[in-house]
Amino acid sequence: MSNDWIDIGEIDAIPRRGARCVTTPEGRIAVFRTQQDQIYALENRCPHKNGPLSEGIVHGASVTCPLHNWVFDLATGEAMGADVGQVRSYLVRIEDGRILMALTQAMVAAQ
Amino acid sequence: MSEKLVIVGNGMAPGRMLEHLFEAAPGRFAVTIFNAEPRVNYNRLMLSPVLSGEKTYEEIITHDDAWYADHGVTLHKAAPVTLIDRVAKRVVSSNGIVADYDRLVIATGSSPFIPPVPGHQLPGVVTYRDLDDVDKMLAPGPGSKVVVIGGGLLGLEAAAGLKMRGMEVTVLHLGPTLMERQLDPAAGYLLERAFAERGVTVITQANTQRVVGEDRVTGVELSDGTVIDCSMVVMAVGIRPATGLAKAAGLAVNRGIVVDDQMRTEDPDVFALGECAEHRGTCYGLVAPLYEMAQVLAQTLADAPAVYGGSVTSTKLKVTGIDLFSAGDFGEAEDREEIVLRDASAGIYKRLVLKDHRIIGAVLYGETSDGPWYFDMLRRGVDTREMRDTLIFGQAYQGGTPLDPMAAVAALPDEAEICGCNGVCKGKITGAITGKGLTGLDGVRAHTKASASCGSCTHLVEQLLHLTLGESYNPAAVQPMCACTDYGHDDVRRLIIAKGLKSIPAVMQELEWKTSCGCAKCRPALNYYLVADWPGEYADDGQSRFINERVHANIQKDGTYSVVPRMWGGMTSPKELRAIADVADKFAIPAVKVTGGQRIDLLGVRKEDLLGVWADLNAAGMVSGAAYAKGLRTVKTCVGSDWCRFGTQDSTGFGIRLEKFMWGAWTPAKVKLAVSGCPRNCAEATCKDIGVICVDSGYDIHFAGAAGLDIKGTELLCHADSEDEALEIIVALTQLYREQGRYLERIYKWAKRVGTPSILANVVTDRSKRRHYFERFVYAQTFAQVDPWEERVNGKDAHEFAAMAELTMLAAE
Repeated sequence: MSNDWIDIGEIDAIPRRGARCVTTPEGRIAVFRTQQDQIYALENRCPHKNGPLSEGIVHGASVTCPLHNWVFDLATGEAMGADVGQVRSYLVRIEDGRILMALTQAMVAAQ
Repeated sequence: MSEKLVIVGNGMAPGRMLEHLFEAAPGRFAVTIFNAEPRVNYNRLMLSPVLSGEKTYEEIITHDDAWYADHGVTLHKAAPVTLIDRVAKRVVSSNGIVADYDRLVIATGSSPFIPPVPGHQLPGVVTYRDLDDVDKMLAPGPGSKVVVIGGGLLGLEAAAGLKMRGMEVTVLHLGPTLMERQLDPAAGYLLERAFAERGVTVITQANTQRVVGEDRVTGVELSDGTVIDCSMVVMAVGIRPATGLAKAAGLAVNRGIVVDDQMRTEDPDVFALGECAEHRGTCYGLVAPLYEMAQVLAQTLADAPAVYGGSVTSTKLKVTGIDLFSAGDFGEAEDREEIVLRDASAGIYKRLVLKDHRIIGAVLYGETSDGPWYFDMLRRGVDTREMRDTLIFGQAYQGGTPLDPMAAVAALPDEAEICGCNGVCKGKITGAITGKGLTGLDGVRAHTKASASCGSCTHLVEQLLHLTLGESYNPAAVQPMCACTDYGHDDVRRLIIAKGLKSIPAVMQELEWKTSCGCAKCRPALNYYLVADWPGEYADDGQSRFINERVHANIQKDGTYSVVPRMWGGMTSPKELRAIADVADKFAIPAVKVTGGQRIDLLGVRKEDLLGVWADLNAAGMVSGAAYAKGLRTVKTCVGSDWCRFGTQDSTGFGIRLEKFMWGAWTPAKVKLAVSGCPRNCAEATCKDIGVICVDSGYDIHFAGAAGLDIKGTELLCHADSEDEALEIIVALTQLYREQGRYLERIYKWAKRVGTPSILANVVTDRSKRRHYFERFVYAQTFAQVDPWEERVNGKDAHEFAAMAELTMLAAE
């Protein structure tokens, strides 16, 4: 159902190998764009010490937390390597160059 | 009284001979060396990596000045011997140095052979023999056209090196296929193809008629009339033993200086060694036989019995990316059999020549790991009937052993030769590892010499370390940058320059990165190397910088940022302080702190407020203090002669001058400076990366201090008489560090790694080198001195500073 998805902006608003945030009542969500233009969304909070994942370096389909270098799989939100933890992931898709995020109960567009 | 030993020549053979001699008969000889070259002993085998830019001269030195001093050796540099007087037992050099000898060793090596075609004396015709030749060969620079005459080992290494330096290279080879003395035609063809793929033109059966040119070289004409344009001709057709001196001294000379099995000439007190010697009718040009001779001569001089019985040699081509091995005899004949394996698409060719079931020749192309195994069987004359069916597949296929390279090395007998250059067998290496408690490659090299010459057996030695030490072996000698590559930082830096790589994707493609776009370790390092090495050409990749350098502020534990404006030399003013106070009020900045580097830190700034904070600070004339950067941070000063009754110089003024000169420069890790106006050192300069202590007579420049994870006082680099000179030295030092430092390596660690003598040589003692580094820094600064805050206030990277969307609760639900 198309109205379950909300338009959060165009894909080119995010640099390749970069991320930007969406603010929601549930907290910030980091939206990532890979070199190959895949889009992923994760809760912007590292489970280790709450580091903002959106500020990390994006490589392949993973991101390294800027505070203490934990690495997360963008697709699953799971910590990689020796670290154990997971951040919540959100469904996103691209349509006509726009990024759509699946609505959760608590959010809807403000503007 | 020690005996006087005089050595004519300072190449690899006499160098090795002396090592053996000092071990066998310490203190017995007073040694004097005459070296025609103006330098110490270096590893001539490694000239090709120097030519291609993969190594530097400093890295291939065998014996440094300290070694000669430690062993009491008198080394006369740039002093070719012109006369040997065997009656008076003395030698005379061209610059008039006279030395008496009890024993004399002639080790004059060989000279390049230059075919006497018309035009061979024109400027622009060079040979490839020593380090001076390398400098000459590099002179034409990238893009110029070069002809290499000679498609043997030397010519091909020269061609590959010049190609890597960006020159257009044509190889002219007289024979039908390349390296026909070491390779059969099939392998020669594969080699030709590999060079063609690298963009080197190879012309075989090319008979050079003359070198064309009026005042200097403009081309080469072949006998069929073809003219190839070029601005340099490298003659690499062969070498001749250098025997003129011996001949003039009346010694017996055929092709080389005739010696017996103890390396003695017909004069009992005169010996010959190395490429200039002829033993049982043979002259050698490869390093392994020379080292064997060196050992025999050392024992002879020490009065120990020793016999040199001649050598069987094997050859490896030292061109990165081309694997080639050949040994023994591989001509065809009635009584010989051969086994051949070809895999054209993988570019693999292996050929074994057998006689009476024994290997007498081996040519391996594309896959050479079994070379030492075949060579070992060749030398020992092993009967191969038992393994005939699988012999060509290599050692891993023998006796059902699994396909594990470690197993192949494990299966080698103790007497199998691992290092061909130095004749070191497996048992000696494993014995040294356990006996001397060695833990790494450097230790093995130091104690056994294995892998210390051409380095092509390095992986075998590493496997032996692994086998002997098990999991405790940590191959830290070359720590890869990260899991994305096997290259260490130094290799990556060298290859970036040598291959002219100017973007992160180019580096990853050319150096065969294992991941598609790197990781958080290698990307920032590569970005720095490219910024430092290609100023003005490389486009900085923000996405490969850590967040602090991307948003030009320091991220704090709660995701807010700290902002530090520059205060030149730690000086500020009421106007600046007022602006800072206003900003703190306006944006409700929760904490304001004075830093250790004499700056003011505004802590707890929200990311969304950064642009507003910077705009206000810019308006008051302040720029980014780079407190977040792997770059120049702060120059701390004391009040100096302006105010202090002890101040000897204007330390504040000099600190401000340094900071204004150097701000904006990116460096491998942060760089902190300080200038103290007198030795009381109120600016605490002696724990900084670079510190200046002003004295009455000028400026003492210190460096390599640390006051962080490690505590380390600085070392005194040098004294400068004037402020200008001090500035030039400090800037050159910083540039040297920018070019040599590994990413995240502070100056004190870099200095420890490369050694103070090499730093002194580059930025203090040699004025022209210092200028060269200084000017490169100045050039790079023209692109670096842009205030990043102002750029962003004016709209750069706007996406960094605002959320892309804001979602709120839907009231109706």
